[in-house]
Amino acid sequence: MDETELRRMSVGHGFGVLAVVLSLCIPPLFLDDFSLLGTHVMWLCVCSAFVIAVNIILLLTLKPNPSYKRTSFGSKVNKFSKSCIYFFISCLVFHAVVFLYGAPLLESVPETFMFSVLLSSFITSRCLFILGPNFHAWVRVFSRDGAMCVWDHSLQITTLGSVLGAWFGAFPIPLDWERPWQVWPISCSLGATMGYAAGLLFGPLWIYWNRKKLTYKNR
Amino acid sequence: MRVAFSLLVFSYLLIHAIGLILFLRGFFPVSVKSQSRKNTVSEIPAEPSAGTKSNWTHLPPPLFKKTVILLIDSLRQDFVFGLKGKMHMPYMTQLLEKGTTHSFIAKAATPTVTMPRIKALMTGSIPGFIDVVMNLNSQELLDDNLLWQAKEAGKRVVFYGDNTWIKLFPNHFVEYDGTTSFFVSDFTEVDNNVTRHLDDVLSRNDWDILICHYLGLDHIGHLTGPYSHLVGPKLFEMDIVLKKIHTSLISKEEESLPNLIVVCGDHGMSETGSHGASSDEEIETPLVFISSAFERKNDSGKVPETLQQTDLTPTLAISLGLPIPRNNLGMLIHPVVEHELMRQQLRFFHLNGYQLSTLLRENVKSSETDVGVEQFKKAEKSHENWLKLYLEGNASEILKNLGNKVLKQYLNALMKLSSSLSKQVAEYDMYSMAVGAIISLEIFILLVLSFPNVLCSCAEFEVPLSSPFVSLLFYMMCLVLAAVHVIVCTSTEKVCFFCSISWVMAVAILTFISALCCIILSMLGKIVSKPKPPTMIQDSVSLWSEMDILLLMGTLGYVLSMGSSSLIEEEHQTWYFLVNTLCFVLAQDLCRKYFIVKKEKAHSLTHKSEEIEGVCIKEELKLKMLPLLARFLKDNEKLIALLSPWAILICCRLLRTLNQTGVQWMHRQDFGHWLTSSDHKAELSFLVAVSLVMIHLLIQGRCSSVSKIALAFGLLGVYSYRAATGHVLYPWEQTTKEISKGITEARFVYIFVLGVLITGIKDLLKSQVIYADPKTRSTSLWDVYCGLVLLAALLFRPHNLVVLVFCLMIQSTLTMFIWRLLKYNAVQVTLMHYWFGQAFFFFQVCLCILIV
Ligand SMILES: [Zn+2]
Ligand SMILES: [Zn+2]
Repeated sequence: MDETELRRMSVGHGFGVLAVVLSLCIPPLFLDDFSLLGTHVMWLCVCSAFVIAVNIILLLTLKPNPSYKRTSFGSKVNKFSKSCIYFFISCLVFHAVVFLYGAPLLESVPETFMFSVLLSSFITSRCLFILGPNFHAWVRVFSRDGAMCVWDHSLQITTLGSVLGAWFGAFPIPLDWERPWQVWPISCSLGATMGYAAGLLFGPLWIYWNRKKLTYKNR
Repeated sequence: MRVAFSLLVFSYLLIHAIGLILFLRGFFPVSVKSQSRKNTVSEIPAEPSAGTKSNWTHLPPPLFKKTVILLIDSLRQDFVFGLKGKMHMPYMTQLLEKGTTHSFIAKAATPTVTMPRIKALMTGSIPGFIDVVMNLNSQELLDDNLLWQAKEAGKRVVFYGDNTWIKLFPNHFVEYDGTTSFFVSDFTEVDNNVTRHLDDVLSRNDWDILICHYLGLDHIGHLTGPYSHLVGPKLFEMDIVLKKIHTSLISKEEESLPNLIVVCGDHGMSETGSHGASSDEEIETPLVFISSAFERKNDSGKVPETLQQTDLTPTLAISLGLPIPRNNLGMLIHPVVEHELMRQQLRFFHLNGYQLSTLLRENVKSSETDVGVEQFKKAEKSHENWLKLYLEGNASEILKNLGNKVLKQYLNALMKLSSSLSKQVAEYDMYSMAVGAIISLEIFILLVLSFPNVLCSCAEFEVPLSSPFVSLLFYMMCLVLAAVHVIVCTSTEKVCFFCSISWVMAVAILTFISALCCIILSMLGKIVSKPKPPTMIQDSVSLWSEMDILLLMGTLGYVLSMGSSSLIEEEHQTWYFLVNTLCFVLAQDLCRKYFIVKKEKAHSLTHKSEEIEGVCIKEELKLKMLPLLARFLKDNEKLIALLSPWAILICCRLLRTLNQTGVQWMHRQDFGHWLTSSDHKAELSFLVAVSLVMIHLLIQGRCSSVSKIALAFGLLGVYSYRAATGHVLYPWEQTTKEISKGITEARFVYIFVLGVLITGIKDLLKSQVIYADPKTRSTSLWDVYCGLVLLAALLFRPHNLVVLVFCLMIQSTLTMFIWRLLKYNAVQVTLMHYWFGQAFFFFQVCLCILIV
């Protein structure tokens, strides 16, 4: 169990939560009629941007992925472009999945797409920054008992949190409570955000609790 | 004490039934009823005594000579007052705008089903749900009702229409002709059966009340929905009937008394064409009074007033000069009697108020303090004063104003009385419900707790008894519950079922509850104190896959969601959601199987099992399809298996757009509407034909050759039946034929359904009894399955045949590729089947259910 790695990760997660909180606090200073429910698409943009930005900063400072250490500039560019493509594909995939779950096809397309961007920034961007654009590594991490380090575990937990949050967020939509946040996709995106934040906060705690059981055989 | 498990389960079921009965008894309150059966003329109250001069004790005379009740089943409010009415009912519209009418929107109570609505119209009471359950086979209506009163008064009642009336009121009609609503697709014959009598009966003079109940519109609604092209002509037909009745009655009207026509609907029609629930479209029905006695009015643009459907009962009773039925909850509709003299109007309201306050007194303990009763007494007093002035010959303006004031007082009092009576009907008996729920819950917990014991080898169950702590707890609980019982029963004002049963029974049940509770507690204690073996913990972690968790949580969550009223209305959303998630988990499981297991070193094992599966599929497919296709399937098994959950997802998404169900998204135009509208008949025909061919291709595989042919003919019959009813086009002749009933074609299909079913069942029995050949058995099972699918194809609405195709397709995909490969156990497969079944039910939305 690598205690220092865990401490570094907790700090990184703290910044991740901070990004979500700041996405609520900073835009009202610059934009006049900004509100979470009123201009939801705007908030989705801002939130995704903040989360991605923090992830990039964390990638550069914490370096969770050892394979990034000795690489030439050309391969870096290559990886970057690959990551961008992966991110875009994941946005499309999330859009399709959300549509299959019952989102309208023609109406409110921007909302649906921004929601999938938000999900991608919660899930895919973290995958990209922790594992790199390496599909096999992704498959490994998301298979049972596939985690090999603390970062893998944190990735699993935040992904699960975001997906479950979005999933549970869909439940209030058909109810007849007539609340403003029952409109698609507000409750889903709020659920996903809360799940993401909860995953970030409780991930390190969970790993710390189960540190005896988690033995990483080969790094 | 050790008990054998079968005995245990049996006793669980028994006790659970007791709990359920208690709960249901509390949930479905008994309707407000008067003890004595019928209101007789001798019980009529006198006019509030005005000294000794005049004591008007007899009933007021009838206001109308003849009354015609034109009841059109499923007549929605907007079919008369809305755009549709303006377009298709010209005579009605003309009457409403310029004629002598009073029109209202009458709100029907739930359940919006024909028989309870007829009862409500005739008795004026709101039947509790228990009445619906008890009276599924409609027996004679024994409560006090208008028709009984009419018969007693020597009025001659003629009835044509729905059979239900004749079952409800046997020997009440001097002349009748009932039509059964057995065959829903019959739109014309049911109504012609009524209309053909009209000329004869209208020309005669030997009747007082004529009731016509038209069923055609309801049938159209059930089969094609409110936006079908058939609704317009049907409304026009009803308009012609109305015109016929109205002109004939007017022509015969003499000096003496005017006649009355009442046009009403028993319930509305939902956006899908069904009824039974409580949406606005189902509840709101039109109610139009037409008589030359009314003043001609010119306020055409006015929106009709809203009132209760039960208000028709006292109004009709007063108009016919009959006593108001005892259990009536409605109040007299004032505009209908407006043209009468003030003294008479006051007398009518007094009668109605007296009846309502009597009913309230008989049902509520604290009726004397009720606001309605107090107001009624006050109104009675001022009525008395008014009468005194009137009899003194005081006929000035003051008297008129005073009379209007008394009238207003009466109206207020009636409103209060009526609402407090209705509240009585709607209230639940919470105490009985709570007791029933506690019993059921305890049994459920006990079952859950004892379940692990059952699964291990010893099929016995140890009932923990007689530890000193537990027995002390038991006595304490008994005492506390008895105290609660006494307090609740002495303090409550309403009638409570659990209080009304004998105290021995009540004590026994309470003792039982505490005993169960103690058993549960001691079992829990035992489980907690028992140290778990360490191996079990590890096992239990790895035993639960995501699929198990999802199935368990989903089913449990669904059960819990039944408690919330808004979730019941949107139940289908829950199912779509859960089924989608199920598909994703299936996809994940498949991915795991193909991507990850292979990487690990268990390569040989996987390979072996794959080979076995491949052989299985190959055998299966050799029977079913061309060898070429089979080879293709085998070669690309991995790809197909990986893609199949996604294919299912896409199918589900397509089906969702077909029928928008639920209350919130009902108004949205969906694909189903587009298909059923009359402009897109060609598209619909093509779709139906393709679906029928697909159905045949999908299910004929494993049947015997006889049923294959029968199935083909049956599906052909389905198409010609649809063509005969005018839903789809004939491919062979383009001339537009008039819409027939399609009974012959439907019978043709029924014969094939029966044939296939009978051969299947016969083979099945034979294979069971004589020799056990698994192949014959499966073939005969498939035959039975074929027959059922054919029946479904006949009963579904034409555009929903697509749903059937997708359903069959998804099912075969699941069985062929997913379940076989992933090796789920029986419980998982059953639960998945159940989920998909629920989702498909909502994809096609209850169309074959017929509640007339
Ligand atoms: Zn009806
Ligand atoms: Zn009906």
